[in-house]
Amino acid sequence: MLAEAGIPVHDTSLVTVGGGIGSFVLVDYLRIAGAPTSAIRVLSNIDHPWQTYRYLTRVSQIPDHERIRSDSGSTPDNIWAFPSYAVREAFAARSLRGFLAPLWQVATEPVLSDYFTPRIGAVFESMAREADRISYREMLVSGQVRMVRRRAGGGYLTIITPPKGHAPTRRVAFRSQHVHLGVGYPGLKFLPDLQEYRSRYGDVRRVVNAYEPHEHVYDELIRRPATVVVHGAGIVASRILDRLITDRDRHQAGTHIVHLFRTYVRGSHGPSVFMRRRGGDGWAYQGFNYPKSVWGGQLKARMRTLEGDERKALYDTIGGTNTPRRRRWQAQLARGRHEGWYVTRVGEVERLAPGTDGTVVTRVRTADGMLEIPAAYVIDATGLVADIREHRVLADLLDHSGAGHNPLGRLDVERTFEVRGTRSGPGRLYASGAATLGGYFPGVDTFLGLQIAAQEICDDLASQGFVPHLGVARSVSQWARWMRNQPV
Amino acid sequence: MVPTLAGRLQTRLFLLATVGVVLTVLVTPLLPVDAPLGTAYRASFGVLFAVALLGLGWELAYHGLQQFRWEKDWPTMFGLLTALNEGLLVWLAVRADAVPGAAGLAGSAFVIHFGVVWVGVWLCANGPMRVPFLRWRFHGGRLL
Repeated sequence: MLAEAGIPVHDTSLVTVGGGIGSFVLVDYLRIAGAPTSAIRVLSNIDHPWQTYRYLTRVSQIPDHERIRSDSGSTPDNIWAFPSYAVREAFAARSLRGFLAPLWQVATEPVLSDYFTPRIGAVFESMAREADRISYREMLVSGQVRMVRRRAGGGYLTIITPPKGHAPTRRVAFRSQHVHLGVGYPGLKFLPDLQEYRSRYGDVRRVVNAYEPHEHVYDELIRRPATVVVHGAGIVASRILDRLITDRDRHQAGTHIVHLFRTYVRGSHGPSVFMRRRGGDGWAYQGFNYPKSVWGGQLKARMRTLEGDERKALYDTIGGTNTPRRRRWQAQLARGRHEGWYVTRVGEVERLAPGTDGTVVTRVRTADGMLEIPAAYVIDATGLVADIREHRVLADLLDHSGAGHNPLGRLDVERTFEVRGTRSGPGRLYASGAATLGGYFPGVDTFLGLQIAAQEICDDLASQGFVPHLGVARSVSQWARWMRNQPV
Repeated sequence: MVPTLAGRLQTRLFLLATVGVVLTVLVTPLLPVDAPLGTAYRASFGVLFAVALLGLGWELAYHGLQQFRWEKDWPTMFGLLTALNEGLLVWLAVRADAVPGAAGLAGSAFVIHFGVVWVGVWLCANGPMRVPFLRWRFHGGRLL
């Protein structure tokens, strides 16, 4: 049928759709386990696995020299996490202090020090090295994936639109036994009241999302003192506040910050003495986006056994918006409160409307009545994620291939990360990353989570003979090759 | 680390039986002991056995304490600091003649041997262990 329609068909064993860090770490695992490059195709609209991640982190205020949230052992370039980023930073240092500082931090975290977190630039460099080592580019096929469908004879067909001028036809098909989806966020969603303001008044300068380019806000705040309203209580809100305050300190910006909380956390909170999370000044504090043991310990083991409502209840307990309690941020905000240029407000936003002098007025329903906050800028740092239906490949899977929703409304996957209901003969369809949040493993949307998913998928594929089982001997010999930067 | 109870017990026994044994073999001839090497080895391995056996009880206690932590984690430095309470208990057992082969063991020899084994095991658990055992850290420290 495809041949009749003039669509060329290529054969391979496994296709991974997305080409971001989720695809990259899976391909890394499979190559290390013994898969040849000819068995894998990465279908992607980006040239480097870290491209989208870099874009999002840059606009949300993490330039290359800054540190990210993930820990020393979350190493997307190294499946063993040894040497970890802290150890590598120590051995790359040129002074004794530079050598000892990361080792001291990682050895004493999170008790005497904040968690060690790597510089984002170091993470990109390490991934570039690993991409070369596993010949990632040989497997990369550029284009926009349109859909993944089951084939009558088993396996899957993935339809991709190559970039203009790169192929003689508008569509190309890949026929493979297995498919992996690492498509990232289905899409970002604005707070409804902010979206309404932008649509109604056509103003995308004064009301911005933290995940879109908004440097003009900082530029103008340095030029003239003004008020800015920040929505959100997660890591991105922390970053935005850090940038605003750093600009105050370095460039003498006269910014007045109004931080809007919908839920204000006053202190430690949780259902029992065994499940109490730290909090205060509005924030819920946590090193990473879930309690650390979801990536390997008690909470990982527990969630793996839960179904339906029980699973959702545990997600509710350990989830919610939170940010790390970093000493630098604590000091910044304490200073802001003391000097009066950082204030918090608690309530539900009712609507936004243009004010006088080019301001935008946020009307907030608080416990004490309606409050109007005029500001030069409003920054939405809530990081709402859109429904998985917003992604066309996922929507097509839900409509035509038997995929369903998990208890949190995202893509339902097995413990092996196989998308439930989509098996096609001997072929299997897997998914990892943010689209699968709500499954048996909560930490999906992180470097380490992507690696855990990749390991599960690799092991499942090994059980079907796609690659040899990655056992002790191969693991050690491949690690030695990694250390010497030799091809797999 | 983010151990489960089963992971704690398995990791402790495995690392003491491998890294602990190797380090004990290497360090014992260098210990300040006025006794034939055979006697010194009997004392060292007695201590190693006591660390493993008493440690199973300690792991239960640590697991209980871990329940009060929101993250259900066990920070790296706890793994080092617990040398103090564990070392003290094993030493008291040595002094009470409860450790086979270790009667009359000098304090300095005990401190050196115990310290070397403890630091060696701690270092291995925080890095090299992941190289042969890829799934170990995602399974709460379980090997089986």
